[in-house]
Amino acid sequence: MSDMRTPLSRVRGLGSAKTGTEHFWAQRATAFALVPLAIFLIASVVALAGSDYETVRHYAGNPLVAIALLALIGAGVYHMRIGMQVVIEDYVTTEGPKVLSLLANSFFAVLVGLACVYAVLKIGFGA
Amino acid sequence: MVQFTLPRNSTMSEGKTVKAPAGARNIKRFRIYRWNEEDGKNPVIDTFEVDLDTCGPMVLDALIKIKNEMDQTVTFRRSCREGICGSCAMNIDGKNTLACTRGIDEIKGDVKIYPLPHMPVVKDLVPDLTHFYAQHASIEPWLQTKSPEPQKEWKQSHSDREKLDGLYECILCACCSTSCPSYWWNGDRYLGPAALLQAYRWLIDSRDEATGERLDNLEDPFRLYRCHTIMNCAQTCPKGLNPAKAIAEIKKMMVERRA
Repeated sequence: MSDMRTPLSRVRGLGSAKTGTEHFWAQRATAFALVPLAIFLIASVVALAGSDYETVRHYAGNPLVAIALLALIGAGVYHMRIGMQVVIEDYVTTEGPKVLSLLANSFFAVLVGLACVYAVLKIGFGA
Repeated sequence: MVQFTLPRNSTMSEGKTVKAPAGARNIKRFRIYRWNEEDGKNPVIDTFEVDLDTCGPMVLDALIKIKNEMDQTVTFRRSCREGICGSCAMNIDGKNTLACTRGIDEIKGDVKIYPLPHMPVVKDLVPDLTHFYAQHASIEPWLQTKSPEPQKEWKQSHSDREKLDGLYECILCACCSTSCPSYWWNGDRYLGPAALLQAYRWLIDSRDEATGERLDNLEDPFRLYRCHTIMNCAQTCPKGLNPAKAIAEIKKMMVERRA
């Protein structure tokens, strides 16, 4: 014991963050949403297997399909980001590397999400 | 970062072997973790050959026999020898449990005994539980009320009393918390299954009036939400309790009060 703080003071630390429930709920809500969306994606890929480029473009350009794909991207990327956040918080305990890892995780998720959304919109609007 | 390998001063080597007395026929080998801060050496695993024909049936009986007859320096906690005090919690045959309620005949091969995992060791099988007890204190495990004290007792219906079953039996042996990987990695901030089970015991006590404050105190990414439902706690509890379920119930209360 290098410092003379009481055990209770160590446990109480900086106090309760009064947060975490939203994160917990969002992880479950996005997981729930991803079940039908992932089935839809797999069914689409199976149905389109072997099709030519134009057929796939035409299918993905359908507004309903495009909206479903955007929902899949939104839910999937958000789920990925908050899931990875928990893994980082679990295993990276040093404050500096932890903050940097969390930032990198958020930036990565946003970039992947934007790239996917851009691709869907580009097909959808036929540019 | 999490350490997946033992630090150099924690790596173990083979210690001494104490043979059973000549003529012993029913021999069981007990391999026990030994470490003493004062000798400045790394931990070792000592082997004791115990004659089961002259030993009681439980692992604690063997430990007491070893201490009485083979090596008086073997150090461990024990008290009630009937699974109600929680003192003799240790890792036996790879599972956290109470030495007094674990039968020797339940274990195949050598009986390997280590202190509770991932806690600072005081000596041999005695872990330092200071932080664990402080975590229990932090959830304020006593009845809290705002209403004026009644003339007699605070009343509780039979059905409300039944809600405490499966919770009040916890003996705070620390088997569950020290079996939890989340507690191993983040035990400084995560309260762990034992403290959270106790927290839930007061959250659902119909007589308690501090439910909101208690939930406020727990609503934290580390204190509560480091539980990833790994379920080691429920698997290992020597009293057959289910801390994972208690934690899930706390999370449900957190969601319930928001919507």
